[in-house]
Amino acid sequence: MGLITTDTTGNQLVEVEEGTVIMAPNIIITSMDKLINWSRRSSLWPMTFGLACCAIEMMATYASHNDLDRMGIIPRGSPRQSDFMFVAGTVTKKMAQIVRRVYDQMPEPRYVISVGSCASSGGIFNTYSTVQGCDSILPVDVYIPGCPPRPEAFIDGIIKLQEKIKHEHFRWSRWR
Amino acid sequence: MEHIEDIEKPFRTQELTISMGPQHPATHGVLRLVLNLSGENVVKCTPYVGYLHRGIEKLGENRTYFSALPLSDRLDYIASMNNNVGYVNAVEKLFGIEVPERAKFIRTMVAEMGRISSHIVWLGTHILDIGATTPFLHSMAQRERLLDLFEILCGARLTVSYPRIGGVRNDVSQEFLDKLYEFVLEFPSNMDNYETLVTENRIWKHRTVGIGVISAEEAINWGLTGGTLRGSGVDYDVRKYAPYDAYDKVEFDIPVGKNGDCYDRYLVRVGELRQANRIIKQCIENLPAGPIMSDVPKLTLPPKDMVMKDMEHLIHQFILITKGPSVPEGEVYMGTEAPKGELGFYFVSDGTGKPYRMRVRAPSFVHASVLPRLCEGGLVADVIANIGTIDIVLGECDR
Amino acid sequence: MEPLEIVEKIKEIFPAELLDTKEFRGQVSITLGKSRILEICGYLRDKPDLHFDYLVDLCGMDYLGKKEVRFEVVYNLYSMKHRHRIRLKAEVSGDGPAIDSVTPVWRGADWHEREVYDMFGIVFNGHPDLRRVLMPENWEGHPLRKDYPLKGPEKEWQGFIEVLDKAERFREFEWHD
Repeated sequence: MGLITTDTTGNQLVEVEEGTVIMAPNIIITSMDKLINWSRRSSLWPMTFGLACCAIEMMATYASHNDLDRMGIIPRGSPRQSDFMFVAGTVTKKMAQIVRRVYDQMPEPRYVISVGSCASSGGIFNTYSTVQGCDSILPVDVYIPGCPPRPEAFIDGIIKLQEKIKHEHFRWSRWR
Repeated sequence: MEHIEDIEKPFRTQELTISMGPQHPATHGVLRLVLNLSGENVVKCTPYVGYLHRGIEKLGENRTYFSALPLSDRLDYIASMNNNVGYVNAVEKLFGIEVPERAKFIRTMVAEMGRISSHIVWLGTHILDIGATTPFLHSMAQRERLLDLFEILCGARLTVSYPRIGGVRNDVSQEFLDKLYEFVLEFPSNMDNYETLVTENRIWKHRTVGIGVISAEEAINWGLTGGTLRGSGVDYDVRKYAPYDAYDKVEFDIPVGKNGDCYDRYLVRVGELRQANRIIKQCIENLPAGPIMSDVPKLTLPPKDMVMKDMEHLIHQFILITKGPSVPEGEVYMGTEAPKGELGFYFVSDGTGKPYRMRVRAPSFVHASVLPRLCEGGLVADVIANIGTIDIVLGECDR
Repeated sequence: MEPLEIVEKIKEIFPAELLDTKEFRGQVSITLGKSRILEICGYLRDKPDLHFDYLVDLCGMDYLGKKEVRFEVVYNLYSMKHRHRIRLKAEVSGDGPAIDSVTPVWRGADWHEREVYDMFGIVFNGHPDLRRVLMPENWEGHPLRKDYPLKGPEKEWQGFIEVLDKAERFREFEWHD
């Protein structure tokens, strides 16, 4: 089983199950991890969620010049349909509840990219009303530095997230 | 029979309260509106702001005049340049510094670039909210060119911090001027393209004409400024009536609307885009030669290359950065015309290197407060048109 | 009209209210008592040759330990018709700070006054809807007061503690590879 054989007419055949013979070019042998991670990372849909300055650069990245659509990224208006979330901008204490609620509404698997120095560490706003890093309220996967990051940095952050997804194990499994 | 009677009864509706935002694609940031709806009609609209309150005013009081400059970038982050210009103008008025002519022209030029890049985002997103995707993509591509120019100028795309107290950070290069001139020459025809898509579009007109009407008197009473006020027919523009920088040396018109509805505010801002372009063109053509920083050692930062060479300048730099400048006691309010409206800085100095009070009069804050007046009595779909048309940025609104 | 002429006008009508006049960089600010502020503002708006129809800005000031009277409310006024401006400052004492609202005169004062209430704790009598505007409703303290620390008080705001607790509770369900 599994061995590729050649029949009399020259077609390559493979026996996938006992008694079932199919043409060899029709099968790909891979692990579920690789298959699922591949499909998952190739169409990441972010949550459209702008907080502050970084949201403007995020918009510029979505728009015509940098065009994130070519990476399979289409912004969604509802957290129920999205795979990951950009925390783009300063998270204030008043806003923290809402950011957390939006995250809670997203279905698993979900990822968070923290964009810019404000979301990552509070940045220059070390004041009474600012959350010093959104990682205190959310599990962050990728940090993008910059104030605000350039569109190239956004794309790099997304590629980093894709790499992270690529190396996940058993995330599709119900037992995990 | 009973069934038919049921249908013929007048349709009863019950008042419904919905919360729109702070996470909503069309609220331009983190604005939250609580709408009381009776069917499609807005009965009551209550805006909630403060979701982006970062304490910029308090932070400004704890920093020297020089290091508080980057905070102003993050007020209205779509047009950082105009905020910087507003900030440095207010501080210069407090210090009593006169800025060299060349620096004034450069500032005017870059501020108008900021105005174009802000209005063009407004144009794209406002139209996108109402339902047309194409102009958004076109306008963002256009804006990208301006951001590239900012990058040539100072290295940053968005938060520029290019103007300095007493002048500008560095001189403009010939390459920058050439590219900007190219942009300026092409811009009117690009604007024509956008206008062909939108201005006479029937759907666009249905969505905006007669929506959110506010009379001139009422608009002044509410404290509206900028395009929102001029749409109602008041020709108030700080650049004309209290000129700062080089605005008294360039020619430009103030586009004014008539009816005070969303459509007129749209026309005013489109007119402003063309006027801004005209101002940039004049600035490039009439750019005078000369220094770009005023030379007041006690109050302005010394040139960077001299700091590296000369003891005297190094000491000045050190004292200014650590202790702050020695400022006379007093208070100054200075308003400038930002893309959103009148952006005012009110400084109170107690004689130390840090401002005793830094107050930002943010146009978006005032404009957000007028939303109930515009939305109540209208349809729920017009709320989106109204939010777009007053052109608010929540970073500036909440500070 | 020149700013100092405007001061003279106010002096004529309200001689007892005018406490001090200062000029700095060509801008005149008048310090007034708080008791008749609404009347003065109404006069400034309605008098045809003054006609201050536009309230540019309204903000609070805290002179903790600098002046005898702790708070001030600052009104920046402008006339669209005559193109002149003036700055009024009304003194408000530190214990139980309260002043009349000017919303009947300028509708735009609404949110500015809410902000001053939020940031300084000055109560505006007769305001239609005096709530906090920038900070959450149950926030303690008034951030722009000089005795309020920049990084906030020791005690964290209740709403944020809830979020932190929630994040901590859900942490065990997070994905680790």
